[in-house]
Amino acid sequence: MNIGILMFGWEFPPYNSGGLGTACLGLSRALVKENVGIIFVLPKKFNVHSSDIRIIFADQQGIKFEEIDSPIYPYVTSDKYSIEREHENNDVYGRTLLEEVRRYARSARKIAKKQKFDIIHAHDWLSFLAGIEAKKVSGKPLVVHVHATEFDRTGGQNINQNVYNIERQGMQFADKVIAVSNRTKEKIIHHYGIPAEKIEVVYNGVDREEFKALPERLYTLKKDGKKIVLYAGRITIQKGPEYFIRAAKQTLEYYPDAIFVVAGSGDMEHQMMMEAAYLGISDKVIFTGFLRGDDLSAVYQVADLYVMPSVSEPFGIAPLEALSNNTPVLISKQSGVSEVLTHALKADFWDTNEMANKIVSTLKHDSLKNTLRDNGRHDVDKLSWTESARKCINLYKQILSERQITV
Amino acid sequence: MPSVCFYFQVHQPFRIKNYRIFDIGKENEYFNDSSENDLNNRRILEKVARKSYLPANRTILELIKKHPQFKVSYSLSGVLMEQLEKFSPETLESFKELAATGNVEFLSETYYHSLSFLYSPEEFRTQVKMHQKKIQELFGQKPKIFRNTELIYNNRLAVEIEKMGYKGILAEGADHILDWRSPNFLYSPKGTKKLKVLLKNYRLSDDIAFRFSSRDWKEYPLTADKFSQWVSAVNGNGNVVNLFMDYETFGEHQWEDTGIFEFLRHLPDQILRNPDNDFVTPSEAIDRYGSVSELDVHNFISWADVERDLSAWLSNPIQHDAIKKLYDIEHLVLASKDKKLIEDWRKMQTSDHFYYMCTKWFQDGDVHKYFNPYDSPYEAFISFMNALHDLTLRATSQKGKILVS
Repeated sequence: MNIGILMFGWEFPPYNSGGLGTACLGLSRALVKENVGIIFVLPKKFNVHSSDIRIIFADQQGIKFEEIDSPIYPYVTSDKYSIEREHENNDVYGRTLLEEVRRYARSARKIAKKQKFDIIHAHDWLSFLAGIEAKKVSGKPLVVHVHATEFDRTGGQNINQNVYNIERQGMQFADKVIAVSNRTKEKIIHHYGIPAEKIEVVYNGVDREEFKALPERLYTLKKDGKKIVLYAGRITIQKGPEYFIRAAKQTLEYYPDAIFVVAGSGDMEHQMMMEAAYLGISDKVIFTGFLRGDDLSAVYQVADLYVMPSVSEPFGIAPLEALSNNTPVLISKQSGVSEVLTHALKADFWDTNEMANKIVSTLKHDSLKNTLRDNGRHDVDKLSWTESARKCINLYKQILSERQITV
Repeated sequence: MPSVCFYFQVHQPFRIKNYRIFDIGKENEYFNDSSENDLNNRRILEKVARKSYLPANRTILELIKKHPQFKVSYSLSGVLMEQLEKFSPETLESFKELAATGNVEFLSETYYHSLSFLYSPEEFRTQVKMHQKKIQELFGQKPKIFRNTELIYNNRLAVEIEKMGYKGILAEGADHILDWRSPNFLYSPKGTKKLKVLLKNYRLSDDIAFRFSSRDWKEYPLTADKFSQWVSAVNGNGNVVNLFMDYETFGEHQWEDTGIFEFLRHLPDQILRNPDNDFVTPSEAIDRYGSVSELDVHNFISWADVERDLSAWLSNPIQHDAIKKLYDIEHLVLASKDKKLIEDWRKMQTSDHFYYMCTKWFQDGDVHKYFNPYDSPYEAFISFMNALHDLTLRATSQKGKILVS
């Protein structure tokens, strides 16, 4: 018989707002292909759009969806939740984020009671309480999958104690913890006191869809030999957008024909616009707002270099997407993905001099750009969700055999 | 009767420091890294001298004193000799002592251990002459045998070398050029009249250079006794066994605790135990043995990697771009007559710079298999190109000065 998983995950693309949804989709799809059965539980506001999750899996046996009416979504903060909550015409949802996370967990109990499965798998802290409740009512083993810790999201400043507590509680209560990189594993050991042998590193993958060339929508930007340097991601402290702007300033002194595109949105967007203005480079920095799908692929493709200056990046799927779109990458050494990419330029996030040195070199020398791009594709080809799924399956089997459960 | 012919390559490049975009036009000391990293040329030279050159020279000298029949040959690159003068004069002295025994032959190469033959025949000849002069100054020998950087070789090179007055040349005994033939004979390069080529017996050479301390190898541990039996086995179907390797094999690639120096110390004893065996220098081998047939090598070969071709230095776009742009400014640089500028340009020709840019081993995350003092091949390229940009500015402003005066 096949292993059955009760998975607490997040909305898939295109309704996601970051890497977590992408990871949930990639991993689930690969697990199903490896004959793992999944009951995929996710929060969803019932009064809004209808998801096409089922359409993505329309031709797949082995996965079914359980939705819980809830407004939580990845990366939501307590403050943001409270503000948005005021606009909700709904008495059911919790008044604070923590209340809502607990309410979500209670709903999860009901699902866990009526469904049949062998292992519970929960993605990131917002779903950890749900995982814990499901384990309590079913007695089945729990795996928590850490895509980011509170230390990553906050850049290490103003850690929310409640969030930290839930994260630690989830990791302690779990039978195994999955970390998306060695870097994250170290954080879990160091900050959460979890023993190393309880943690398994499973790298993310990337869907190797065939590269499809898109019309160069930003063609006018590239007129007159201009070169494009891209930032794509949420504009938050974790992603280090200010280092991108500072590196842009330094780059422009040596390479005036560079244009810097910031694709994304976030709480620091306005601040970044001000920073660019303050440095006198507003005319060279373009803010596109949040992009997804073909729009995002199109900016990847038009870019000469993708830069990810993250202050703390547990993994970082975006560089893999850039490479899949034939664009070379410069990534911060403080990222999990730098453990698996060899054909990438790397710099410390704070070393904007070194970033500028590498950006200018890539813009100046096509040979560098081309070598990074072609070799980088090979790096990406080796990272598949199938590989990630197989590692998860081995972990499931290990847990079940330790408990002497035969499936 | 097989004669054993030892040739040791002794070379260290002037590595380029992390030279950034901000340094261009501001300072032009490209090779003076003084940090605790592996780009610090003094640090590396002193380390290798201590671990390898000095103890190896001491061992060879003892062996020559003990066995007057023991012979070896060396090729010291010009950039190595310069670094010895600057950073380790005692090592240079010990090479001079070896030269004084009369049992040691010094070979000819390009002063800058460069790939100049591929890009500028004129520059190639200049560097070979510079190297000859240096060898003569330091060791009182006029080299008669040539070996090109990393044993890079083809017919055209052999013809050129004969024209330059040499009687012999060294090359890799690569399977794909020898086919069924043996590397243990001398051959006549196609297109030459009298020149002879000595071919590396790569199996026996690599048994020492690469496999000596490998515990996965079925012959481990390798003893001098066992190795000399393999050499003696050539008896009857070969004249000379050419054991060519990097000198750093002793003490640096194979650390002292592997027993490599002990092996070396006992090898002549064991080899000479069979009265049919002896040792020769490359010149002696050429004087003593005739050529058995013509050797036709159209495409370049080298002693690097399993491919035995140029791909270690010239396989990806960054390597090709860097070396092409370097030779593009040849005339500009030479016309400047600026000694320091020309010297810097030549130091940048050393093959190691392009080797560090190689990405073919960088697949499969197998990053540490080959030594690279840079974090990645891309860092090597970036520092090289920034330095080259600065060099070009210097050459251009020199040109301006000449025009003004």
